[in-house]
Amino acid sequence: MVEETKQDTIADDSGQQDTLLEVNNLRKFFPITKGFLKRVIGQVRAVDDVSFAIRQGETLGLVGESGCGKTTTARCIMRALDPSSGEILYRTEDGSLIDVSTIGPAPLRELRKDMQMIFQDPFTSLTPRMSLLDIVGEPLLVHGEKSSRVRSERVAELLRLVGLRPEYMRRFPHAFSGGERQRIGIARALALNPRLVVADEPVSALDVSVQAQVINLLSDLQEQLNLTYLFVAHDLSVVRHISDRVAVMYVGKMVELAETEELFSNPKHPYTSALLQSVPIPDPKNKKERFVLEGEVASPANPPEGCYFNPRCAHATDVCRTETPVFEEIEPKHWVACHRASELDLRGLTEAATPS
Amino acid sequence: MAEQVITATEDAFEEEEFSIASQWQLMWWRFRKHKPAIVSAIILGIFYLLFPLAEFLGTGDPAQISEPYHYLRPQVIRFFDDGSFSPHVNGLRPYRDPMTFQKKYELLPDEKIGVTFFAKGFEYNFLGFIKADRHLIGFTDPATLDSRPSIFLLGSDSVGRDSWSRLMLANRISLSIGLIGVAITLILGIMMGGISGYYGGWVDTIIQRIIEVKSAIPTLPLWMGLSAAVPQDWTVLQVYFGITVVLSIFGWTGMARTVRGKFLALREEDYVMAARLSGSGEGRIMFRHMLPGFYSHIIATISLSIPSMIIGETSLSFLGLGLRPPAVSYGIMLIQAQNPVTVALYPWLMFVALPVIIVILAFNFLGDGLRDAADPYGK
Repeated sequence: MVEETKQDTIADDSGQQDTLLEVNNLRKFFPITKGFLKRVIGQVRAVDDVSFAIRQGETLGLVGESGCGKTTTARCIMRALDPSSGEILYRTEDGSLIDVSTIGPAPLRELRKDMQMIFQDPFTSLTPRMSLLDIVGEPLLVHGEKSSRVRSERVAELLRLVGLRPEYMRRFPHAFSGGERQRIGIARALALNPRLVVADEPVSALDVSVQAQVINLLSDLQEQLNLTYLFVAHDLSVVRHISDRVAVMYVGKMVELAETEELFSNPKHPYTSALLQSVPIPDPKNKKERFVLEGEVASPANPPEGCYFNPRCAHATDVCRTETPVFEEIEPKHWVACHRASELDLRGLTEAATPS
Repeated sequence: MAEQVITATEDAFEEEEFSIASQWQLMWWRFRKHKPAIVSAIILGIFYLLFPLAEFLGTGDPAQISEPYHYLRPQVIRFFDDGSFSPHVNGLRPYRDPMTFQKKYELLPDEKIGVTFFAKGFEYNFLGFIKADRHLIGFTDPATLDSRPSIFLLGSDSVGRDSWSRLMLANRISLSIGLIGVAITLILGIMMGGISGYYGGWVDTIIQRIIEVKSAIPTLPLWMGLSAAVPQDWTVLQVYFGITVVLSIFGWTGMARTVRGKFLALREEDYVMAARLSGSGEGRIMFRHMLPGFYSHIIATISLSIPSMIIGETSLSFLGLGLRPPAVSYGIMLIQAQNPVTVALYPWLMFVALPVIIVILAFNFLGDGLRDAADPYGK
């Protein structure tokens, strides 16, 4: 682990020392191959130069349309995928920094204790041939807990923690509903007492009625266990409920990052504004014209010149079509990547319009 | 009221039973609903039970040639004599038809040869090492065997060997070749398919091209070529294993493709990634998370490839390319039925085809049932 450790050189944007994870210029390209010899003829720029930081104890929401690279970002942070370039700096409990993107297999295994992931689909993320005891207890087993008595005690404790009965541990996943399965997935993620939990759309596969329960469970656990969340989602109302800060991605790039209320009420990027407008308002009397974003999402294999959003943007000018905007802090704690961010007056989402 | 309470608790108990049921229990519950498969399993159980009992069930020395009794038709054991229980067979007097010169047998109704259970007969080694001379059924007086070597329940062949006793031995060899061949197939298939599917890349490409080239070669000429490569001076046992290997060379490609496909599919599953993120090693991921996901498919594939092995051996031996006498197998016994004239005159020589058909059908029904039960989580 020593050779991976760097001195504290973290350049925290806010100057705060409690940053848990910092992502700098992360890129993940997937090659497009063709023909028998697998010639590389292009790259899918799934994540293209993304930077952000997560503070100790906060929840950072990561939102965007399907295919914008939010899941790829989450998987790179977990090192389920190897990033193409960039660094992912993680601050361990003793304060030293580790670059997750280049770490070797042995220290990575150690790091798994600190970082865990909750998956989107509770029906595919639990091994159907294993009982709860084996599924939730596996992280303990592979990290050296040989005593099955200790393991089953810990599994019982974890099941109670996520609101399941410990007697269920002999059961197999097929006996549980979607919400219960997601609780099992959460219990597995918590088995090793992680500090950072990456939740990859943890509720989008669940019924609306169950979504709220799982979201509340995640909030409670965060308080109890002092967890830090990276919360990937596409449902803005869910993100608004749970996040302290929200980051918006579009075609592999980060377009805006701000405190939750600031972002929802005062968006600076036309894309964020359009996303907020798209939230359906469950009020039959609301006859207000809704703004509908036109055009297709740009292809990450063949993105447009300049700002990736310019073909769909109502405010695009010539500079937007030629120059890539810089992701910069235009107001305190409010980053945005738009040439015209300071001059535009964009509509946010008012409190009344929030679906709940 | 009280009854309702009882039913309610029983339901709850059943539900709990379902919840904690492992994959195998769920498979068994589904399998037992498949009646043809259950019947087939029982039939196959009986056939495999005949393995150790082959000589015990035989009524005469299967290798003994008896000059006066060739092409004898099946004989019937009569259990009652004038209303009292005294099992016997009638004596026979061979003669030649003066018109056709065909060999015929005259039944002598008055000559009754006593038959009894657990009779003394020819000596054999039970399970290969226990000396024994008892048979399920045989002549009351062992001395009868000197003049008439067997009861001839299924008649005799061109040199007077007892077809029933030979069938018992053939059953053993033909069915075991299926099992051993499938074992080799399984090892080759899982190894090649596993490597191909888990690692992918150029290894996968090479293995898949080999399989494709192999599939493009017509089966029969390749069989003939490989069988011709089995040296003439090999012993019966060596030839037996040689033929098994030849048959397995054909079987493994299907298995390898099944395994590869499953590995490719499961490699992308979330639970495999979850296991990796938990810190599990590759061996654990492959054997605890991925393989159990398709044990059931492997079993179904096996049960469907055993019959093709048996048919393969039977065809090869029938064509004279497989096992060679003095080994006895279904195919070797059927060689005698190659000649239409023989079949027309002595149709009982075709009888061996019946157990072949029964075994093959039973394996297919069993495989069907297993395949249905194989995915207990599917609908």
